[in-house]
Amino acid sequence: MILKPDYLYLLAGLILLVVAAMSARDASNPRRWSSALFWGLYGVIFLAGQLLPAALVGVLVIVMALLAGLGGVRAGGHSTLSDEARAAKARLLGNKLFLPALAIPLVTVFCAVLLKDVHIGGLALFDAKNVTLISLGLACILALPLCLKLTGDSGSQSLRESRRLLQAMGWAVMLPQLLATLGLVFTEAGVGKAIADITETYLAVDNRLIAVAAYAGGMALFTMIMGNAFAAFPVITAGIGLPILVGQHHGDAAVMAAIGMFSGYCGTLMTPMAANFNIVPAALLELPDKNAVIKVQWQTALPLLLVNIGLLYLFMFR
Amino acid sequence: MQETISYWPLLGVGVVIAGFALRFNALLVVTVAGLVTGLAAHMPIDALLASIGAGFVKSRNLPLILILPLPVIGLLERHGLKEHAQNWIARIKSATTGRLLIVYLFVREITAALGLTSLGGHPQMVRPLLAPMAEGAAETRYGTLPEHVRHKLRALSAATDNVGLFFGEDIFVAFGAIMLMHTFLRENGVDVDPLHIAMWGIPTALAAFLIHAYRLYRLDGYLARELRQPAAAANLAPCREN
Repeated sequence: MILKPDYLYLLAGLILLVVAAMSARDASNPRRWSSALFWGLYGVIFLAGQLLPAALVGVLVIVMALLAGLGGVRAGGHSTLSDEARAAKARLLGNKLFLPALAIPLVTVFCAVLLKDVHIGGLALFDAKNVTLISLGLACILALPLCLKLTGDSGSQSLRESRRLLQAMGWAVMLPQLLATLGLVFTEAGVGKAIADITETYLAVDNRLIAVAAYAGGMALFTMIMGNAFAAFPVITAGIGLPILVGQHHGDAAVMAAIGMFSGYCGTLMTPMAANFNIVPAALLELPDKNAVIKVQWQTALPLLLVNIGLLYLFMFR
Repeated sequence: MQETISYWPLLGVGVVIAGFALRFNALLVVTVAGLVTGLAAHMPIDALLASIGAGFVKSRNLPLILILPLPVIGLLERHGLKEHAQNWIARIKSATTGRLLIVYLFVREITAALGLTSLGGHPQMVRPLLAPMAEGAAETRYGTLPEHVRHKLRALSAATDNVGLFFGEDIFVAFGAIMLMHTFLRENGVDVDPLHIAMWGIPTALAAFLIHAYRLYRLDGYLARELRQPAAAANLAPCREN
């Protein structure tokens, strides 16, 4: 393949190193050195993660988590245009401002749908496993010159703006990746097996409605613990779904799978463990309460979970 | 043949639940949970560190989608993208925050169901466009918003993107989740057609839309109750022209 995610990792690593250097030079930040160290280590892991010994990366990850977790990563100062100047610029540029912003999702979809099977000289253009990721990277790279030309600003200013946004998000940037790592450690240590064993031992359910509720509720709950419905599905389906709903009550497996996975998604909406959907947006939107998104989501998720239990009961045993 | 299963690794799950409940910093909670889990499963310390390192390197794709759009989005914000998004929505007289979010929910869910999941997203769409528009539509009607209302609108914008994405993508047959379910069931001796799994997702997808859209519909009433001070509203409304 011609385009690999590795190039994008290099690019992100360089952005992070520049952010680290800017943080180190920012005297207005009371934690400039620990902030710079955090972004610098992150950049090093992006640039050279696969070349370093895994145990060393593990140590670096723990150092980063401690730096950020103990309040060592702070936002420094940044210059903005005055409110009037920005409003004037907004009026001057008008709808053209939307172009680069909309170009990112549109070019991503365009590349992902139309260019995914393109081969050049016998080589696949895109790494088949990472089509969306590469398409997004390509879209961001292509939108940048458009954006620079439109705003008449410099590339170095775009890096300063990246730093402003990264600092606004702070430690939340690292959380989804750390959670994914925890998921892998859980698997290696046999957490899934232990939970499946518990559900099989203690949840031999005879009543259909209770069995259905245990399956949907178990999917939501285990997803909340793992932060990921894909991790919950095999465990809960092997523990409750297949032996009880399909084996004992002869339910339809397709209905069970579809609605069971959706019950897991209801759990995703209600847990800080699904950080990239719940915690990162709160940081990205500069909300003081990092659980603000979960607090508005549970009111959709919980009724929907009840609806799922009803739908499972209705459609599984037609 | 029954192998004995150790329950000790569940200690890590306990650390996660207790840590989040006691509101410790999430990074610390997750790090400690990982170390506790590994030690409880008798992993040697160097193997545990290696497994953390390898896992972290393997999941570098997660922050990537967050970092790469930042140069473009940041620069556009510097030159007034948010302000323009608010002005733009203010020109549409019938646009209320609730209606705007319902339309977004609908489009997000439909496009996700067609496999076009990257048309939305928090860094590319919610922060630069959707949240400012949701705030702008409310400001057009009620003037400057109090902080708690502003934060609620932002959180709901993020939530709407999530709901639309989650319950749309799973009725797209080629989506990874459908293939995961299909493969898992087949390995366990149950053969189902992936198309059927996708099809039986439709009732939940509809219910998700109805429930969330109903909440967004009620949002306009909440905003009216929370923000309308009769005299002030009458004065403010005609003042805002662009």
